[in-house]
Amino acid sequence: MHAIRKQRLQWVIFTLVASSTAIGLVVYTLGQNINYFYTPSQIARGEAPLGVPVRAGGMVVRGSLVRDSESLDVAFDVSDGVAQLRVEYSGILPDLFGEGQAAIVAGVVDADAILQATEVLAKHDENYMPPEVADAMGEAYRQSIGSGGDY
Amino acid sequence: MVTEVKKWQWFYRLGSPRWFYEITGRWLPWLLCAASLLLASGLFWGLLVAPPDARQGNSFRIIYLHVPAAILALVGYYIMALAGAVGLIWRIKMSFMVMKSAAPIGAALTFIALFTGAVWGKPSWGTYWVWDARITSMLILLFLYLGVLALQRAFSSAEMAYRASAILALVGTINIPIIYKSVDWWHTLHQPATLKLTSASSIHIDMLQPLIVMICGFYVFYVVALCLFTRAEIIRREATSAWVRALVSNESSR
Repeated sequence: MHAIRKQRLQWVIFTLVASSTAIGLVVYTLGQNINYFYTPSQIARGEAPLGVPVRAGGMVVRGSLVRDSESLDVAFDVSDGVAQLRVEYSGILPDLFGEGQAAIVAGVVDADAILQATEVLAKHDENYMPPEVADAMGEAYRQSIGSGGDY
Repeated sequence: MVTEVKKWQWFYRLGSPRWFYEITGRWLPWLLCAASLLLASGLFWGLLVAPPDARQGNSFRIIYLHVPAAILALVGYYIMALAGAVGLIWRIKMSFMVMKSAAPIGAALTFIALFTGAVWGKPSWGTYWVWDARITSMLILLFLYLGVLALQRAFSSAEMAYRASAILALVGTINIPIIYKSVDWWHTLHQPATLKLTSASSIHIDMLQPLIVMICGFYVFYVVALCLFTRAEIIRREATSAWVRALVSNESSR
């Protein structure tokens, strides 16, 4: 390879490495701040700020969903397998929201450690299967999606 | 010194715009056929034959556009950056032309991925848009593509425009692994990858097969689009050269 081209190649590699390192360090330093939500464990440990809006995510615990018969008020627990967080919300839940499914809630954690949600989003997992397969797998499938994911 | 020149001769012939124009002219009809066949059968299979998803119903079918578009948006960025690097090192005009042509295609594919994601997100998540790591880094990719497009127009000298946008393309490459790994590194609303390189994919085989056909279709379509854009760029840049004039007079006398 000609000397000048070798030099240009070195410049290209230097540009790549230098810019990647710089951006990589920024991203690494931001670390936790890039997370879209806190897990119930993090909130239990007090890592999430109190009194300001935060987002929390986890599995909606089976049997925890309570709907008010008079209004749109709902309450449910989200869990990451370690800690649980009580959520209260007033509004319409997204179609894919359900017990045993992941959800992300946004709101303020009050003094009773209940998250008063202003928004509830359903988090879909990466599994895709036809209804008959889901039925055939039955409870095993529901168990697997209940424990799947790193919440 | 003589052997040095010979060793790289094939490489320089590859860099001849005329050679590129002629060879792609021969390939294009076949590539176009393959792309339309793959895309048509993939769409038919995916949208009409494949079973609905147990939880999402029919709305999951947007995966057949969303995932291939997103894959090619990422792969296309590497193609653009690589073409830019080759152009910078060897000062091959042809390579810069490929880089310039990759930008609008990549921007369009990124937009398709973002748009289909938003359309799917509203009924599935309950929102069109959130600022999570995956979606935000994908938006940055769109801006990188648009930045390369804008830099091309920011210089009066074509050579300067090529070099400046090649450097931007190189600097942006770090975003590609960040987009790819964002769903694993951080808590995001976007789900982790369904298609995995190292382990079994978490999608049923009946849904996977049309997805693979669509991804292949998008790859071939990408090559077709890149050839067409690059050919147009060649004609623009080489308008004064003898072979382009001959080509034009042949076309008009027909």
